[in-house]
Parts: sequence; structure tokens; C-alpha cells
Amino acid sequence: MATIDSKIPEGPVAEKWTNYKAHQKLVNPANKRRLDIIVVGTGLAGASAAASLGEMGFRVFNFCIQDSPRRAHSIAAQGGINAAKNYQNDGDSVYRLFYDTVKGGDYRAREANVYRLAEVSNSIIDQCVAQGVPFAREYGGTLANRSFGGAQVSRTFYAKGQTGQQLLLGAYSALSRQVNAGTVKLYTRYEMEELVIIEGRARGIIAKNLITGKLERFAAHAVVIATGGYGNAYFLSTNAMACNSSAAMQCYRKGAYFANPSYVQIHPTCIPVHGDKQSKLTLMSESLRNDGRIWVPKKLEDAKALQAGTKKGSDIPEEDRDYYLERRYPAFGNLVPRDVASRAAKERCDKGYGVNNTGLAVFLDFSEAIGRLGIDVVRQRYGNLFDMYEEITDVNPGELAKEINGVKYYNPMMIYPAIHYTMGGIWVDYELQTSIKGLFAIGECNFSDHGANRLGASALMQGLADGYFVLPYTIQNYLSDQITVPRFSTDLPEFAAAEKAVNDKIDRLMSIQGNESVDSIHKKLGHIMWEYVGMGRTAEGLKKGLEEIKKIREEFNKNLFIPGSKEGMNIELDKAIRLEDFITMGELIAYDALSRNESCGGHFREEYQTEEGEAKRDDENFFYVGCWEYQGSDEKAPVLIKEPLHYEAIKVQTRNYKS
Amino acid sequence: MWLSNSSIGRKVVMSVTGIALVLFLTFHMSMNLVALISAEGYNVICEFLGANWYALVATTALAALVVIHIVYAFWLTMMNRKARGTERYAVEAKPKSVEWASQNMLVLGIVVAAGLGLHLANFWYKMMFAEIIGNPTLGGLEATDGYGYIVQTFSCPIFVVLYLIWLAALWFHLTHGFWSALQTLGWSNKIWFERWKLIGNIYTTLVVLGFAAVVVVFYLKSLCCGASCV
Amino acid sequence: MDKNISFTLKVWRQNGPKEKGHFETFQMKDIPGDTSFLEMLDILNEQLISERKEPVVFDHDCREGICGMCSLYINGYPHGPATGATTCQLYMRRFNDGDTITVEPWRSAGFPVIKDLMVDRTAYDKIMQAGGYISVRTGSAEDANNILIPKPNADEAMDAASCIGCGACVAACKNGSAMLFVSAKVSQLALLPQGKVEAARRAKAMLSKMDELGFGNCTNTRACEAECPKCISISNIARLNREFIKAKLKD
Repeated sequence: MATIDSKIPEGPVAEKWTNYKAHQKLVNPANKRRLDIIVVGTGLAGASAAASLGEMGFRVFNFCIQDSPRRAHSIAAQGGINAAKNYQNDGDSVYRLFYDTVKGGDYRAREANVYRLAEVSNSIIDQCVAQGVPFAREYGGTLANRSFGGAQVSRTFYAKGQTGQQLLLGAYSALSRQVNAGTVKLYTRYEMEELVIIEGRARGIIAKNLITGKLERFAAHAVVIATGGYGNAYFLSTNAMACNSSAAMQCYRKGAYFANPSYVQIHPTCIPVHGDKQSKLTLMSESLRNDGRIWVPKKLEDAKALQAGTKKGSDIPEEDRDYYLERRYPAFGNLVPRDVASRAAKERCDKGYGVNNTGLAVFLDFSEAIGRLGIDVVRQRYGNLFDMYEEITDVNPGELAKEINGVKYYNPMMIYPAIHYTMGGIWVDYELQTSIKGLFAIGECNFSDHGANRLGASALMQGLADGYFVLPYTIQNYLSDQITVPRFSTDLPEFAAAEKAVNDKIDRLMSIQGNESVDSIHKKLGHIMWEYVGMGRTAEGLKKGLEEIKKIREEFNKNLFIPGSKEGMNIELDKAIRLEDFITMGELIAYDALSRNESCGGHFREEYQTEEGEAKRDDENFFYVGCWEYQGSDEKAPVLIKEPLHYEAIKVQTRNYKS
Repeated sequence: MWLSNSSIGRKVVMSVTGIALVLFLTFHMSMNLVALISAEGYNVICEFLGANWYALVATTALAALVVIHIVYAFWLTMMNRKARGTERYAVEAKPKSVEWASQNMLVLGIVVAAGLGLHLANFWYKMMFAEIIGNPTLGGLEATDGYGYIVQTFSCPIFVVLYLIWLAALWFHLTHGFWSALQTLGWSNKIWFERWKLIGNIYTTLVVLGFAAVVVVFYLKSLCCGASCV
Repeated sequence: MDKNISFTLKVWRQNGPKEKGHFETFQMKDIPGDTSFLEMLDILNEQLISERKEPVVFDHDCREGICGMCSLYINGYPHGPATGATTCQLYMRRFNDGDTITVEPWRSAGFPVIKDLMVDRTAYDKIMQAGGYISVRTGSAEDANNILIPKPNADEAMDAASCIGCGACVAACKNGSAMLFVSAKVSQLALLPQGKVEAARRAKAMLSKMDELGFGNCTNTRACEAECPKCISISNIARLNREFIKAKLKD
């Protein structure tokens, strides 16, 4: 069995990164010009990495599937970005951010990586401000902060409800500057279709020009994938329509380990599902939980009336409301981590207290906040979110609905958990290198920093940390001995073989000519994933899920229909290629979930819970990163390899958000 | 030269010439009002602004402004139509905040220019031009008898209607042109935008009313005195 | 609950940039009011695929109004009749039973059609590359709180920065001008002390790239502002004009 070397540097956790940087190998400027790097993806991680690498002097090829790098889904992050600046003088520190992140991740993250993340977090804020990111400010001109789930300090920097957008535009502007300087060549509307390996090292990719439909070959000394998460395996998620797991799956099939796929984050504050024609779920920023209170009725008959539509949320008086998060977790209240909040909502709804027609929704209420702060302040903080909610649901949460005994009741929002973020991803070592030499994975598409659950406002932090401050260093350690390697020709047989494989796959898909559209099969896969591999998993359900996914694959292979031809633009073909990978991805999630006989973070096995319904970890048997190795065929079950975790700085405890 | 090869530069030319023309109109309108008060006074001004060197220089400059404004208008419109592309929208709708005038400045401008032609024929040709060629009675009256020409022109209802149409077009053209010029020069922001619009509307209305007053008053006078078209 | 509606849908079909386009008409039946406009097009595409026809191609991605990918000129309005919203945030309850809904691509020389309703907006990237940034080296920044920025300036910069680069301003403008887009970026960076240093160079570079790419001249019709899904104000255009004129007068 293969062994895993995570290459964690020696020394105490607080000194590892400094030591690493002091001793790593560098590439001199003249040599950088001779080295090519492919970066796939232009989100926070991809754009910041491409920009930084280009600025250092490497020749970078940067790919994105949308028409512009600025569309990457990092843009949709609303709430903010964490950093241990301690500008609020509330006792924050690098250690505390590190600790909160490890604890929030339910002690399943790699300690050294998380510490480094917390360490560089401050530089990210400095960098972004220097780029012109318009973070919110106090009247005195200093940066403002807000608090976020899973933390007891205010360390989240934000730009209205559009933090992800502003950070991405910052990275995009840095990238644009490098494109202008000629160090980065940008390929938009290109999708990676295959990884090219030459003598055991990643040396290029095959990419499809989505407009012409042609396959093109690109060679480089190293390949970086920054292609985001795999949440769309569930069909309905908060991910953008084009988000997919295909690049990651291509790497996995070529031998890169896939780590912790079962750690899927369910976001507690999404707008509930409304119908079967729905294409995606809309997230309402978690920052709403700062001032919003989550509740369901205390009385079952009230819930029944809400479900029947005979009562409205504002009809239920204060004393009949069950603020279940505040009740169960007095210390953190509505600000418990996402997985805890999500499961608590599911628990209430499973008991029949759901508040909409499907019974799958809870209330998020601003009456108290409006009473305390006034509608103007509340609107200033959440106005754009209220407007967005109203546009979608036709209900205005800032509108006074009723007054009972002098208490003013405003229209509550309805929310329900939805698939949002995937903590699992391509396995990487401390240098962010995968198990394939020369292949790196950054941002959401790697697994490293969030453990089993990600805290709010940490995704942006990780994407930018990887792209600006980690990869540009660590990749040099790899490239330093590549300086004598000349540029590769794309005429090499490895490229020809890789391109042929993609072409054969496309021909196979085009020739199925069955009767079902890509989306209809994808929806079925999504239902199975949500039903059996979703928020509450059981061994039995997962086994059933695996069987069902196999059936989906058969259906896909037999009954798929793609109109048109492979020449020119064919959106259905592109979706079909992604769906085939989602099927394999879905299986991988289920395999990992089935093998992990414990509950931790985003992975909740109903067999493993405390009497109060909290997640029950099993540190004795599952204190490891689960790495999955491909066995040559999608039909074959992957093999699990374990990377044991070692904690030096933190004592592993049961997560407790009660006191 | 940035005034011709950049989009903002070209617009700066439009706004500067436009503002200069607005100032001229203000002066012209004030001068016209004198005709309402005193025939002699008005003719003194006409004499003062005859074919003297300073008046000729000013007229040439004015003509240059008009020509530049018009040439740029056509040039910009051509470029803008090209930028719009070859296909047109099948369905178009106008958002509420978009002024009708703002989307029809060229058409309005053409109406204004046509009115200007008429006006030059009615007055300038018979007055300054007559003096330049040394034939002071070219138009039938003395070249400095501006008052007489006013009485003559606005006794004719056709001219009155044409002049009023002209002035209406001018009003639309200026209500947009006024704030638009300041916006182009960058002298605007969220607060001043509303202010300029209000100031522009009041100012334009006053100028146009001043012109219209002369037209209407002299027409009414002609009805009383029974004069008719010449 | 929203009611269901049935309507006639006229959609622009065009095979490629050089091909001739035409409208195709579809009858849509019983579409729920809480369906988003793009989900309605998904339904149409599923129908087309079930008839073994090629689906209508349109740009879309995040479907929550922030990525700027979706476009569509609906019944004479970029992003449809709703104000302050993108096409993906437009819900069918805005329309009535029996309506005819006409869907066209952005039409502007700067945005050639790629296929059907999808247009090429790489011109925006090129304008950004010409100068839409602050030249700061990764890792060289000073502490974020060293330069204080008055809250009103930061807020105004944020308002300008909320541009999503969708191109509705160009689509709405009878002159095909990209001034609102360019001015939003120039404004954002000119309002911040970090961006002031390069303000003159940036205004000149971005504007000349915009002109070069064939966008029209701004004639202050305000259609861009009215149709902008993020309600970006034309006061930004005034600021761009100011920055540009200042820079040119200094040269």
C-alpha cells in the first residue's frame, strides 16, 4: 500500500512556515522566465495564484470556463473574510484563529496547514486593501469588522454583502495587470478535459475551446488546479451552474488521491426549495445570523397551520416561538457553526415543525433586531439581502406585519439548509502538491484547511492564502530542479494519447443517442445524493445510495441524449462530460461516508450521535485524512489510504458550543 | 489631439461649444427684450452690432462655434450608430428616467439649425449681410432698422408658428444640453446633478420665454395694427 | 402561491457571429410564477431536447445576481422589466397570462453574438487589462489600517465597485457606449487613496481602450443607469470625465 508523506516541516507549529520559507529552494529570476505554469481556474485561488506567479516572472497560462475570470463562483460569497488582525481589541490572535478553525473543523484538519492559514490571514487583508478592495469602514476611517458563526471575536472583514465579489475583483484586477504585462496568457471559455502526465509528472492539459468545440494541447512545467468544489454533484446547491468536479476527477483518475470527499458543508441559511423546476438554491448570507433569530413554533398545531398556509409567521406570538438554537446552545446561540445550525434545523423539521408548505423550512426573524436597532440600521446592514429575498419570494422581511400586545412582528424570512461548500478535495501535502508530482491543487478544490467543517468567512481566506501567499512559495521548491528541463512540445505521444482519450469519450457520449437529457439524469443523481448521502447518513442508506448511483451510471451510459454534434459549441455535451464525473464523484462521497464510522463536522452518521443528538466523533479510530486512490476504472471501488493526523499545539476535545 | 481622438474629448468640444452658444443665446434674448421696451433703443443696438470689425469678428467666431457643434454632432452620431452594431432590437422600451430629448438631440439640433437658417434669412441677411455687401436696403428697410424687420417678420402668422416650433425644439435641446454639458465637463455629482437639471430647466425656460415673448408680442401688435405678410 | 401563466416566447436564434439570425416562436404552457426567467428557459430547453432539437444557448452561471454572466434583452429591457435585478433574478410572476415575451441578445458592435443569445464580452476584460487595477506587488502591502479612509469615500467606492460587468449598460445605450462600466472602475479606484497615484494614467488608458474597441460616445441619456442591475450612478461618469480632462490638461 502506498504511503503518504505530507511533508510537514519540523519545529513547533508557530515556526513551521517561517522555517519552511527560510530553507526552501527558490528559482532565480532569469530561470523563472523559462518555466511555464498552467493554472486552471480564475476564482480567488486561481486568479491570485496566476497573478502572483506571473508577477514573479513565471510564464503562466490561465484558464476559465466562463467568458471572463471575474465570473468565477468566489464572487458569490457574501459575508466576509476572516483575519487575525485584532483591530477590535477583543483578544483575537493568530493562535485563536488557528484554534477556532481547527475546532470548527471538528479536529479533522491538518494542524500545520491551518496554522499557516491563520498566519498569512493578516497579509491578505493588507494586500486586498492595497488593491483597492472597498472594505467597510468605521467613521474614524479604520476597517470595520463583524462577528461570524463559530467565533467569539469580531474578525470578519466585509464589503457590504458582496465580499467575495470585491475580493475576486481585486484578484481579477491583479490578474488583468499581469495579462497586460504579458506574463499571464488568459484562455476564457476553455474547459480542462484531461491532465497530461509525462514520466510521472504533470506536464500539461488538454482543454476544450467551448466555442469551437476543438480540443487543444497545452504544455507546462507544472499544473495548478484551482477549480473549486464538487457541491453540484447534488444537483441543487448554492454553487453556480458551471461549477463542476471534472478537473479534480481527471486528476483523481490519473492517480491524485482524493481526500475526505464526505465532508460536505450544508449551509443553514438558504432560501427553501420551491419546486421541481428549480435549477439552484440561493444562499442568504450567514451574516444574517448576527442579528436574525432562528425559530420554529413551539406548538405542533401552529406548525401544521403554517404548512397549510392558514397562518403566517407573524401570527405566532413571542411566547409560542421556539428559538431552538438559543435554547440548545446558550453560549453561541444563533452563531453556532454551520453544521450544527443545519442539523438543528433538520431535526426540528423532521419532528414536524417545518414552517412552509413542504415542511422543510424554519424562520429567520429580524423583529427583535429592528426593535433594538431601528429599521434603518438593519436595512443598512442587510438591505441588499432583504431585497434579494423579496425578489425571489415576494416577501419583504423589513415590513411590519403585525403588532400583538405592543410587540411589533416583522415578516420573518424562511430558510433551510442546502449544499454549499465541500471541505474535501484533491489531497495535497504541506506544499499544496498532490500525490502526482508537479500537480498542485489550491482553494476549495484541495482538502487541507477546513477539516470536516468550514467556518464562515474562511473560504475566501483560504483561497487567497493559497493563491497569494502559499503556492507562489511552495511551487518554487518543486520548480527549482526543473530549470534545466526545456519547454515541452505538445506533439509528444503523451499529449496525443490524452487528446485521443478525450475524443473517444466525446464520441462515446455523442453516440449513446438515448432519450434522456443531461439535466434530467443529473436531477435524479441529485435526489439520490440528498436522500442517501446528504445531511443525515446511515450505513444502510449509503449502501443503498451506492447501488442507486450505479443505476444512474447505467442509465447515463444507455439512455443519455445529446443533441447536435461535437463540432462547434454544444452546451449539452459539455454538461454531459461534467455529469459523468459527478456520478463518479457522488460514489466517492458515498464510499468515504460509509467508511467513516463516526460523525464529525459536515459528515453526520445517524448511528454515531450523542443522546442530545450531537455529532459523536471517534478519535481513536478515525483521526486521519481519508485518501482515496483510483483503481483504473470508474466501476471499481476506490481504495482508502490513511494519512494519520498529529496534533501538537491543540488538545483534541469534543466540540462544545453550549457554554 | 485628445479633443478629436478620444470619446470624452469629442464630447468636451460639444459641451464647450454648446455652453458658448447658450451664453450667446442669453445675450441675444436680452437684446431682443429691448425691442419690447423701445424701438429706438433696439435699433441703436442693431447699429452698434452692424458690420463693424468687432461685430464681424464675433459673428465669425459664433459661426465657427455653430459649425463645430454641428459637425461634431454628425460625426458623433455616425460613430455612435456604428458602435450600436448592425442588428437593431426588435422591441425597444424607454426607461422612465430617460428624457425624450436626450435620445433625440440630433433631430432637435437639425430643427434648431433649420430655424437658424430661417432666422438668418429673415434678419441677418437683411441686416449685417446687407451692410457687408454695401447694399443697406437689400431687405427693403434700412439695414439698421432691426425693429422694423421684427415688426415685419412677426406680423406674418406662418413665421410666428415656425419660430415657435423652433423655440420649442430649442427648449428641448437646451434642457438636456445644459446639464449634459456640465456632466461631460465633470462638474457634476449625485447632488449637483439634480441641481444642474433644475437650474438648466429654469434657465432654458427663461431664455426661450424671452425669445417667444418678442415673437408673440409683435404678432399680437400686428393683429391690432392690421399689418400683414410681405 | 403564485399562479401559473402561459405565454408566447419569441427567442433570437443565431448560429454564429457571421450567420444571419432570426426569431423563433414557442408557446410556453403553465409556467409557475415562482420560476425564474432562466429556469423558464431551462424548461424550454428540456422541451427542445425532448423533441431532439438543439437547446437555446444563453449565458448564465451563479443565478443569484452577482456573477454578471447572464444577459438577455427582454421585451425591450436589458435584464428584463425589473429594476435593480439581473435576468437570473427575474421571476415569471412579473409577466401576465397571454403575454408575448421577446428575448434578444445584447446588440452592440462591442459585443458580437457568439450563438443565439450568447455574446462575446471579452472587450470588458481588455478594458480592465488596460488599467483597471492598482499596481501593487503581492506581499508588499503595508498594514491595512495605516491609511485611514473616510467612511463616505469608502462607501462611495463600494457603490461604484458593485458593478458586475454584465454589459447591460452597453446593451441599453443607444450609442453602445461602455462609459458606465469604465467609469465605475475608474471611480472606485480614484476615490481611494491607494488608487489615486495612478488615477490619471488609469483614466486615460481605460478610456482609450474603450474607444479603440469600438464602443460609442456617451451622450448622457442615462439609459445605462436606469438599466444597471446594480444601480450604478452616472455620477461616476462625471467623475471619469473629470479625471480624464484633468489628466489631459496636465499633459
